Amino acid sequence: MTGTLRDASAAQGGSGESAVDHEAVIGLEVHAQLLTRSKMFCGCPATYVEAEPNDNTCPVCLGMPGTLPVINRRAVEYTVRTALALNCVIPDFTKFDRKNYFYPDLPKGYQISKYDLPLSVDGHLEFDLDGRRVRCGITRVHLEEDTGTLHHAGDVLQSATSSLVDYNRSGVPLMEIVGEPDLRSAAEAKEYLERLRQILMYIGVNDGNLEQGSFRCDANVSIRPRGTETLGVKVEIKNMNSFRAVQRAVEYEIARQIAVLDGGGSLHQETRGWVEARGATISQRSKEQAHDYRYFPEPDLAPLVLGAEFVEEVRRALPELPEARAARLIEQHGITEGEAVLLTATREQADSYERIVGRGVSAGVAARWLGNDVLRLANADHLPLWESGLGEDGLVALLGLVEAGTVNSTTAKALLEELYLAGGDPVAIVRDRGLGQVSDTDALGALVDAAITANPKAVADFQAGKETALQPVVGHVMKATRGRADARLVNRLLRERLSG
Amino acid sequence: MSAAPETLAGCVAALRAGTVSAAELLERSRARIAALDPQVNAFLGRTGELADRAAAAADRLLAEDPASAPPLCGVPVALKDVLCLEGAETTAGSRILGGFRPPYTATAVQRLLDAGAVVVGKTNCDEFAMGSSNENSAYGPVRNPWDLGRVPGGSSGGSAAAVAARMVPLSLGTDTGGSIRQPAALCGVVGFKPTYGRVSRYGLIAFASSLDQVGPLALTVEDAALGYLLIAGHDPADGTSSRSAVEDPLTGLGEGVEGLRLGVPREYFGVGLDPGVRAAVERALEVLRGLGATLEEVSLPSTDAALSTYYIIAPAEASSNLARYDGIRFGLREDRGSLLQTYLSTRDAGFGPEVKRRIMLGTYALSSGYYDAYYRKAQKVRTLISEEFSHVFERVDAIVCPTSPVTAFPLGTHSDPLSMYLLDVLTVPVNLAGLPGVSVPCGMVGGLPAGLQVVAPRFMDARALRIAHAYEQATEWHTLQPGGVEAAAT
Repeated sequence: MTGTLRDASAAQGGSGESAVDHEAVIGLEVHAQLLTRSKMFCGCPATYVEAEPNDNTCPVCLGMPGTLPVINRRAVEYTVRTALALNCVIPDFTKFDRKNYFYPDLPKGYQISKYDLPLSVDGHLEFDLDGRRVRCGITRVHLEEDTGTLHHAGDVLQSATSSLVDYNRSGVPLMEIVGEPDLRSAAEAKEYLERLRQILMYIGVNDGNLEQGSFRCDANVSIRPRGTETLGVKVEIKNMNSFRAVQRAVEYEIARQIAVLDGGGSLHQETRGWVEARGATISQRSKEQAHDYRYFPEPDLAPLVLGAEFVEEVRRALPELPEARAARLIEQHGITEGEAVLLTATREQADSYERIVGRGVSAGVAARWLGNDVLRLANADHLPLWESGLGEDGLVALLGLVEAGTVNSTTAKALLEELYLAGGDPVAIVRDRGLGQVSDTDALGALVDAAITANPKAVADFQAGKETALQPVVGHVMKATRGRADARLVNRLLRERLSG
Repeated sequence: MSAAPETLAGCVAALRAGTVSAAELLERSRARIAALDPQVNAFLGRTGELADRAAAAADRLLAEDPASAPPLCGVPVALKDVLCLEGAETTAGSRILGGFRPPYTATAVQRLLDAGAVVVGKTNCDEFAMGSSNENSAYGPVRNPWDLGRVPGGSSGGSAAAVAARMVPLSLGTDTGGSIRQPAALCGVVGFKPTYGRVSRYGLIAFASSLDQVGPLALTVEDAALGYLLIAGHDPADGTSSRSAVEDPLTGLGEGVEGLRLGVPREYFGVGLDPGVRAAVERALEVLRGLGATLEEVSLPSTDAALSTYYIIAPAEASSNLARYDGIRFGLREDRGSLLQTYLSTRDAGFGPEVKRRIMLGTYALSSGYYDAYYRKAQKVRTLISEEFSHVFERVDAIVCPTSPVTAFPLGTHSDPLSMYLLDVLTVPVNLAGLPGVSVPCGMVGGLPAGLQVVAPRFMDARALRIAHAYEQATEWHTLQPGGVEAAAT
């Protein structure tokens, strides 16, 4: 943390060393669009990125006179699912409220949101960071509607010569996840966000896209002398659209606040925006300029009584969460923690791994391959295994050849690379091209002898005690067999001959 | 054609019997409007070709098989201009919605269309349904067919006057604090506000969402009951619409009041009640007693708090509901170059003084620091009022009382908004409690109609109509025709 502060205050031109030992207090507010088919209060498609401007709109999400909202049941279900995944309590009774403010992207002049009776309260999210267990409280998870989007001819609305409004996003279900101020560093904030995003994607409620804004984060940051309990003056930071931006903005803000106090200045409650290009937060709005949202119960919607049965139904359908799943895989499959974390990064990835193991591939082999070569190809080609040409069927076949000793791993990797996009039956290809592993002791013996003759220096070095000197000799044999030789057998034969 | 029936039931029967056609009824309706509306100003817009096509379609259906034609097939109706009809200009009586043609139709209106009704036009009303005299319309006041120097009541004044002047046999109005019942009383027709949640509000331009309700105005209780039956019922497009089954008010309409216990709330006969209206209502109560009902004095002690409660909750909701009128997406735009100036100028030019007053009142009541003192307290009193009604309904089957404390007053009488608000004192408690209430003509005071109000427990809409019907059938007030407008037209 000290290092972090030094870096960030250096960016500010500060001296870098604080007189008082400060502790940062960070709370994050996440807005996540729900992956429902239709919008929060009307039947319009909830997708908007691909659509032509204002194509996915109707009188309801355009806020036209006389139109009324109707609650999307699936959105409520997804929010409850999220709340349960975050260990929240679901009250029996919830209602929607109107948050009144005037802005061109808000067609009704108010946002239907929740104020004093949210859908869920009192949860928490736990994660490991640098060998420590961090627990962050969740104040509430609730449900509201997104606004439209503005496109200015100019920087901001106030100075634009003209602005265009696209209401495709208007009314898209938006979940607000308010975290307690339990985080103490930018690194914790970033880790919390990544874990939260992972869970939301795991349970299928959000696509986790920070760039396109389907997963957005605001941070509340304050500092206080370490060891004290009172909260400092809170600053809200907006406009961060990557994990890196969140980390940098929070680091910057902590350093800025310390620098202000160290310089004898005082902090005031305000909203600041992160400006990526400048690597700094700038003041947007002070507390005095804060809106009076005039919240009141939404009279167009009856209060919502979810019922224990509904909540239990959602709870039963909740998938195993990433942490629990990784723990189970370590326990049941005997794979390493590193492999388990990699394989459970996404639900699809973990499902794929378990399907492959379920088809007879040994857990260790499946974990190694999926965690390394397959993952590398999937990332390089932006195509997960199950959508690739090879597919899970192809990989199972290929790993079957490896496990049976029919091909060696060099051949298998080359085949994986070749077939990942193009597809094909590994068994047939190995047979047709004669790629089967050469494990004939006589045939290999002759090649080994030739290799020893061809590499006198390496042989001498090995015999002088240099273990690695054997590699070029093995390589010679592999080359002669076009990579098909059983490497283990070649090694054994070499050692037998050279030690003799 | 001169013998064409005036009532809704009469029109339906004649259409089915083939003694009159939908085209003829439409023509007669238009002729009445052409002759009388220059004085009355009940209509803001006519539907023209739309109505011609609907009438022609109705006549084809009636010619094919009158028995299976939909219930209102070929009957001309009028809609308060807060109800959206696809393609027809819908202004809510406001300049800010001038030229607005909604691309959708209100559910209640659609149900009338599905029942074969022919929409003749949109009726004048107080701007955004805010008013009790129709003087707050941006398109000029409606005049009472009984006396053109007087108001028709409001805010559904155009819908009440159109029925009273026999321009249409049925109109739809909306009632947020008495806006169907009070003009019905002042124009001598029947007006029914159903239980909140009984009729869909989808497509109704909102004034105060937790109070607004659509309902019929007609010449008889039977007609109002039929109109109500056709528009009532659950609508998936309105999250506050009730899923409970609608009781058909027509089946038990004639069962009378024998054995029913009727509560007479003493607070509804207090100061401000016109002595003539009081006398008319007291005679009406005697009629009901004569029909076998038991009358019992009851008390609704929070009645005097209802008005101030209403005038906090309704403006609070209105201030939010009317935020969408920004001059950008529909209706009036006063373009002033910058966005903020365009907003300000549009809202300044588009809203009338009463609407601005309520937006300011409501904004204030919801403001941080004042919310608890006003809005929250008002909600508590609202609950109390509701509970008092429930308590009274444990002892009586319905409540009977005056609809309006006064008869129709001359235009310009209430220049002070507070004295106008006081006129709503007998109707707003019913909205606050979400109850069904019907106003039925119960006498003439100085040549002007008075109304009797019947209020029933929630979802006992049929019971309110049955009691009103029993009274109406025992008297002849509903058969009287306004002379004022006829005299002016000739």
